[in-house]
Amino acid sequence: MSVYNQNRGGIIQIIIGIIFFLIVAQLVSLQVVSNKYKLAADNNAIFRKIIYPDRGIIYDRKKRALLENTISYDLVVIPNEAKGVDTTALCAILDIDKAEYSKRIVEAIIKNTRVKAGVFEPFLTPELYAQLNENLYRFPGFSLSERSIRSYPYNTAAHVLGYVAEVDVNFLKKHESEGYEMGDYAGMTGLEKNYETVLMGQRGVKRFLRDNKGKIQGPYEKGEFDTVAIAGKNLYTSVDVQVQQLAEKLLQNKIGSAVAINPKTGGVIAMASSPGYNPNLLTGSQRRKTIGRLLLDTARPIYNRAIKGQYPPGSTFKPLGALIALDEGLITPNFGYNCFGSYGACGDPRKCEHHNAGHAANLQLALAYSCNSYFLQVFRMAIDNPKYKSAKGGYVKWKEYMNAFGFGRKLGVDLPSENKANIPDTAQYNKDFGNPRYWNSCYMLTLGIGQDRMTATPLQLANSMAFIANDGYYYTPHFVDSIEAETQEEAAQLAPFRKKQKVTKIPKEYFDVIKEGMHDVTVYGTAAFIKVPGHDYCAKTGTAQNPHGKNHSLFVCFAPKDNPKIAVAVIVENAGYGSTWAGPIGGLLMEQYLNDTLTTESQLKADNLAQVDLMPQAIKNWYVQNNKSAYLTPIEYNNDELSDVWDMEMLAEGVVKTKTKDTTPPAPLPNTDKTNKDSLLPNTDKKKKLNP
Amino acid sequence: MSSNYDNNFSKGTDLAVIILYMLMACIGILAIFMVEYNPNSDWASSFISGKTSYSKQFFFLIFCSFVAVFILLVDSKVFTALANILFTGGLLLMLATFVIGKEINGSKSWIPIAGGFNLQPAELCKIFTALALAKFISRPETDFTKLKSHLIAGAMIALPAILSIGQHELGLALVYSAFIFAMYREGLPPFILIVLLSFAILVIGTLLIEPTLLAIILSVIAGLILLYLGKRLKRNKQLIVIIISIWLICVGTVRFAVPYIFNNVFECYQTTRIYSMVGKEYDCGLNQKAAASFVESGKKSRKPDDYNVKQSKIAIGSGGFWGRGFLKGTQTRGKYVPEQNTDFIFTSIGEAFGFVGTFTFLGLYLFFLFRLIRIAERQRSTFSRVYAYSVVGIFFFHIAVNISMTIGLFPVVGIPLPLISYGGSSLLTFTALVFILLRLDADRQMVLR
Repeated sequence: MSVYNQNRGGIIQIIIGIIFFLIVAQLVSLQVVSNKYKLAADNNAIFRKIIYPDRGIIYDRKKRALLENTISYDLVVIPNEAKGVDTTALCAILDIDKAEYSKRIVEAIIKNTRVKAGVFEPFLTPELYAQLNENLYRFPGFSLSERSIRSYPYNTAAHVLGYVAEVDVNFLKKHESEGYEMGDYAGMTGLEKNYETVLMGQRGVKRFLRDNKGKIQGPYEKGEFDTVAIAGKNLYTSVDVQVQQLAEKLLQNKIGSAVAINPKTGGVIAMASSPGYNPNLLTGSQRRKTIGRLLLDTARPIYNRAIKGQYPPGSTFKPLGALIALDEGLITPNFGYNCFGSYGACGDPRKCEHHNAGHAANLQLALAYSCNSYFLQVFRMAIDNPKYKSAKGGYVKWKEYMNAFGFGRKLGVDLPSENKANIPDTAQYNKDFGNPRYWNSCYMLTLGIGQDRMTATPLQLANSMAFIANDGYYYTPHFVDSIEAETQEEAAQLAPFRKKQKVTKIPKEYFDVIKEGMHDVTVYGTAAFIKVPGHDYCAKTGTAQNPHGKNHSLFVCFAPKDNPKIAVAVIVENAGYGSTWAGPIGGLLMEQYLNDTLTTESQLKADNLAQVDLMPQAIKNWYVQNNKSAYLTPIEYNNDELSDVWDMEMLAEGVVKTKTKDTTPPAPLPNTDKTNKDSLLPNTDKKKKLNP
Repeated sequence: MSSNYDNNFSKGTDLAVIILYMLMACIGILAIFMVEYNPNSDWASSFISGKTSYSKQFFFLIFCSFVAVFILLVDSKVFTALANILFTGGLLLMLATFVIGKEINGSKSWIPIAGGFNLQPAELCKIFTALALAKFISRPETDFTKLKSHLIAGAMIALPAILSIGQHELGLALVYSAFIFAMYREGLPPFILIVLLSFAILVIGTLLIEPTLLAIILSVIAGLILLYLGKRLKRNKQLIVIIISIWLICVGTVRFAVPYIFNNVFECYQTTRIYSMVGKEYDCGLNQKAAASFVESGKKSRKPDDYNVKQSKIAIGSGGFWGRGFLKGTQTRGKYVPEQNTDFIFTSIGEAFGFVGTFTFLGLYLFFLFRLIRIAERQRSTFSRVYAYSVVGIFFFHIAVNISMTIGLFPVVGIPLPLISYGGSSLLTFTALVFILLRLDADRQMVLR
């Protein structure tokens, strides 16, 4: 019988072989072909802990830290371990209800899974921290996690410094290959954004082996694959914190901007935009409360007017108009124009503020008195220059000059989203007036006095002053002078700021004439009453018409006259004459920078100026209409006393109550030797206080 | 049939099998060591203290070696003589577990014996059944071409299997199907295998295809066959009856029998595991037992997920081609795979040594099985041959099912990997199975009855 079935032994072997073959095939697909199991395994078992380095510090020109890092604490929770939590006590401490508690746990699970720590309450106040720390044993699964946040000891330069914030999905998409992860922080505006790669440093990664309950077993492969965190590098800027603070103070209760540049380096000494905000309000737990208001406010406190605001330069353009005509050989310094109070050569007469005879007898006088007729004439001569055959040809040349002066193009300052403002192109006029043959210098006459469609940013205006101060060249305005332990790559990033921009060949004697004229402005001209103690300076006032209401008040200047160290542009929106508001502000800024202090008299003047409320009525009305009267209190003073109640009756009477801000810097000693490490010392103090 | 080139022990014992046995057992201890290894404690001292599984397994192995030597010293006639008594005793022990049994991991199949050890009669019953089956088939009066013999043999196998199901040991019960190998070798008509295979295909079909669609497909096939046979049907009316009844059985299986088994016989988790094989989800609400426990506990029936298989596949897959290296498996170290030192021991080998390791390992097993078949075929007595094929079947079934379930080819049923998995009962059973065979093989010139 068994003999019959002997072949069945073979069949059994074949069956066994087939099954083994199937198993091997599946093993090939699992172990050799597919990669996903390996990834899944790493996800399972390797816990990557990111070690965040301290961000770099930003210093001013005297090595005072404009911003620092402070330690803040988050309450974090590992949902899987949060069992047996005394929720009543926890909710009482955090002042939330049980529903909110469950909601936050669910959120933490969604964001960071059950086994990883997720933020339960970010940015604890010191009181909360102390309370939680004491009671932590009652909340298993909860822990306090340190994180470094920015703090701003001088409460200043918010627009320039920018802010850091948690990255969002869009950011991650844009910076895909740069290793950011959900929950990371990155610079979103200002210098923080522009120098993100320098400031952020290099994150370290530690790998740990983790078991099925999420417990750390120890370092993975003895830390062979770990990388260390490298702290971000410090930035050394040209900002002078005192000038910056003064600029912000003087612009309080006004809408406007002030920019001061060191013409010798192009370094920005101060850049203020008003209304602004205290940068400390956008860090830590304050951020949530503040950001909404900042974004909603119709006065746009977040908007950096110094690089984005487009203003007609008005009379502050006149020195440049004269330079063009001089260089083209159309006029000599002795060229005069007989102005009797208006310019009628193009039909409809244009008004001039002066009508005494001889106020425009030569260029110097015309500048000092800011004679409109004179500069309109000069402009027409430039456009109708016979050398270029047509108005169009002349205009193209004129625009070329303007671009060379830094107008109508981005200067390349080291802040994101600079605006290029506008020097109109011939194409625009061709479109408006039909054919190029149909238009001539009369069609855009008021360009000659800085109106028409010409606009410039305050930064461009300040830069044009640096250009004149330097007799024909400038350095691209910038904040960062040097980076700590600069690499080649970083040097390349800063290289454009170290290159002299000499784009015109205007001879020095022409600049001398212009400077003399601008000096006369400050001696007997429109700015005669503004003095900088101990220094001769050159300036030009501007009162620019604009479609939004009252004239803008403008002032450009540089000082000292013979060895210029500071060039300033100030704009106060809808405020009136340039000499009334912008002028004194510019004068005080120069005084502060050159003398490093203000005289008692100037200090008094500064305090008074800071009190003056020039906020356009339209904005105030908007606040009232939109039930946001609390916004009338400038955001810098957003403390409980003031924001709670605003007396509507007082508003109705037009009395605007303001409270002086305590402008003296809250104190870190301007210790120039302060290194990065030292500047962190106050934080450790804070820590000690928190851990009694 | 003995030949000169066989490596014979002095007494005619097959040395190759002994070497393979020792090799496997050592691999097993190493694999368990990998699972239990903790870099923070001194493995040598914990080995000696005997508190870890691998040291226990090591002592089991020493004990089993004594048992093996003892078996090799016994007269082979003892096995034929005691076969029926042992089988009866085994069945009685299994029945006894219902009374004095101890529950471990949800199955009441253990009898506590001295020294904190527990005995699982169902394991031992495999040996006894093999012996009894061999005894039955080798009886001179048994004619294994007869249906009656098939039925008796089937009953002998079914009895311990049913008892195992009663103990909630589905895996152990399934092992008894391995005796089909031996029965097939002795003359079980192939059509029974074909019927069983068709049934398996039908069950898998039910899982994969919509029941209605499957019924339609079956009807179409039946219709096509009827058309094809055409004229022959007129001559032979019986054919129509046969075809229609086959069709009825098939459709009945698909529409009623399989769903009934899934919903009423199996536990919810078992059906879920089977469904997860084909990548489908099973709604436990349909399961009567789950519904009953739902009423009992008042809790919502929780969906048991296929966590085990997922983690097991991840562990094996993460080994890649070359493996992560000895003691470097992150999944093993992190204890991600449940039951890793028993049913899922293959994952620790797969992760540490990769495809190269698993392939070599399977090669060893295949060599071992083929060696056993060769031994089986050289037996003169039917008793030895049937027993040998029983051993082959049991080993093969364990290996195939265990490895298939760790790599997601088979639903998870708790059966160990022979000689590798941690566990004294299982090691003892396999040792006895192998060494009884070697003892019989040593006397292969004798005709045993």
